[in-house]
Amino acid sequence: MSINRREFLKIAGISTIAGIGSVGLFDRLRKNALEASDYSPNLDALTAKRWAMVVDMSKFTTPEDYQKCINACHRTHNVPNFGNPKDEIKWIWTDTYEHTFPGQEHEYMPEDIKHRNFMLLCNHCQNPACVRVCPTKATFKRKDGIVMQDMHRCIGCRFCMAACPFGARSFNYRNPREFIKEEDINKEYPTRMIGVVEKCTFCTERLAVGKMPACVEEAPKGGLVFGDLDEPNSEVRKILSTTYTIRRKPDLGTEPSVFYVVGSSEFSIVPEIQ
Amino acid sequence: MLETALTGSRRYWTWIIFLLALMGIGFLAYLKQFSYGLGITGLSRDVSWGLYIGQFTFLVGVAASGVMLVLPYYLHNFKQFGKITILGEFLVISAVIMCVLFIMADMGQPMRVVNIFLHPSLNSILFWDTIVLNGYLLLNVLVGWTILGSERKGIAPPKWVKPFIYLSIAWAPSIHTVTAFIYAGLPGRHYWLSAIMAARFLASAFAGGPALLIILALIIRKFTKFDPGKEAIQTLGKIVTYFMLTNVFFFGLEFFTALYSGIPGHSHPFKYLFVGLEGHGRLVPLMWASVLMALGSLLILIFPKARKNESILAFACVMVFLSLWIDKGFGLIIGGFVPNMFERVFEYWPTIPETLITIAIWATGFFVLTILYKIAISIREETAGIEIEH
Repeated sequence: MSINRREFLKIAGISTIAGIGSVGLFDRLRKNALEASDYSPNLDALTAKRWAMVVDMSKFTTPEDYQKCINACHRTHNVPNFGNPKDEIKWIWTDTYEHTFPGQEHEYMPEDIKHRNFMLLCNHCQNPACVRVCPTKATFKRKDGIVMQDMHRCIGCRFCMAACPFGARSFNYRNPREFIKEEDINKEYPTRMIGVVEKCTFCTERLAVGKMPACVEEAPKGGLVFGDLDEPNSEVRKILSTTYTIRRKPDLGTEPSVFYVVGSSEFSIVPEIQ
Repeated sequence: MLETALTGSRRYWTWIIFLLALMGIGFLAYLKQFSYGLGITGLSRDVSWGLYIGQFTFLVGVAASGVMLVLPYYLHNFKQFGKITILGEFLVISAVIMCVLFIMADMGQPMRVVNIFLHPSLNSILFWDTIVLNGYLLLNVLVGWTILGSERKGIAPPKWVKPFIYLSIAWAPSIHTVTAFIYAGLPGRHYWLSAIMAARFLASAFAGGPALLIILALIIRKFTKFDPGKEAIQTLGKIVTYFMLTNVFFFGLEFFTALYSGIPGHSHPFKYLFVGLEGHGRLVPLMWASVLMALGSLLILIFPKARKNESILAFACVMVFLSLWIDKGFGLIIGGFVPNMFERVFEYWPTIPETLITIAIWATGFFVLTILYKIAISIREETAGIEIEH
């Protein structure tokens, strides 16, 4: 059987398309394929099935306690300071009880709790709305539960900012590189470009080399506890099983991985009973 | 057919140059935004979408409303719309072009827009919105251009175009439904988290779009030899009336649920928009203007006698259009962001560069619309008197 040039080109063309297509298909089928970081893994790296944090507010006593965590995080990650709330970028910050847990406040609650500042950061939700809405998969959930974003893929549509119920995301409204002091730049961590969204990453770059997140290291002892939620013996699980904790906006079903111990020991017990 | 847009009266060229000037000014403002960043706008960490996305949402509605001309003509053989379906299809084209431009203006990294196709995310409504909007644009370019081309030659349009017409009829509601889903599926944005959002969007679209078409038809009759037809305009007037009633009714439903339930999160955006919250109320006068114009227009439109007078009808249509523009092009977006996720009030107001860019994109839309209408009308004037069945 002989084929002419036209038929040959047809067959060649179809097989090429089929070939390229099947490569993509098999790529998708190989679910257990190694990720780039698995080829030569750092044996010191801290790993977990689902990273989580317990914020114990009773351990934070002075404003400096908070500020140390915030400064450590923002300096480590080259977070710029634009000097105005409109363009502000923040990965970790504080707010009062009524703004941290809207709808939970009442006027007779302990003054201490009412006026206390709470530590706020990305909740690394198990069911993150930001990941669901991203049109380019620039924000995604890692196997260890951390919600990450790819700064090189983000198109700056800010759909994730509209979707996040926790106001955890910031957008680079201006060129961030012009607002980090030369001497403050951490050369170990990339700066961002204009027009992309960013937020807390639970310090993936530090976990990868066996270090705890920057804020956890700076917090007063026991103030920020970081560990594996899937590991029954982890410190976070021990706290969660013995102490009453709450999460922000649990009714929205996003399953935050950041838990709060609200009451301090002095106020959690009524004086008469004491 | 494009050559017909290259000859025109002095008035035509003055209008074209005026639009080009607005586009030029806006383009300069955009260059500034491109280098400085979106920080040049009034947008913030708390109100991260504003005027651009509002215009986008409003214009998707205008685009969807093209079906209000196409559907009665092709499915119900409503002959009076025969002359003006092309006006509807061309309005769709210019509206979708504006939508795309507003999205581009709002993007932090517009050079990366193809990432939407390189990394398609089936779970993202924005991905589907891109698909349905571009699909709708292509359908209308195809149908409009083909029909006008055959009309010029004095022949019936080719048969193959019919399935595309039917497809475009089914497609129209989808573009606005998907656009509503961008908002209606977000946890924690109380003003948007409403099952009636898509229905509300369609009602306001089918009121606002035809209102704009009536105004355009009256302008065309005044300045050209082409008459869109008295009866066609009256029928459009009825469409505007019924859908405006539906829209106001739907908005009332939102009010009832939010305020009667008394749930703070749900009622706060309404309070912010209509009476102000914690001493902040920048949008209050605008929102009341929208309400008054909506009610005022209905007070005219529901009386057939008033509607029959074309100047009064035009006045009512201007009110409908402005009312919906405020409600959907501005209030809807801001109400979703104020108060913010921490129940704090942080207000938004567009800046001058942002406004100039917005005006320029509208000017671009009107530029495209003028060119397309010029072509359509020139051909109508050429073939005046010849009736073609399609």
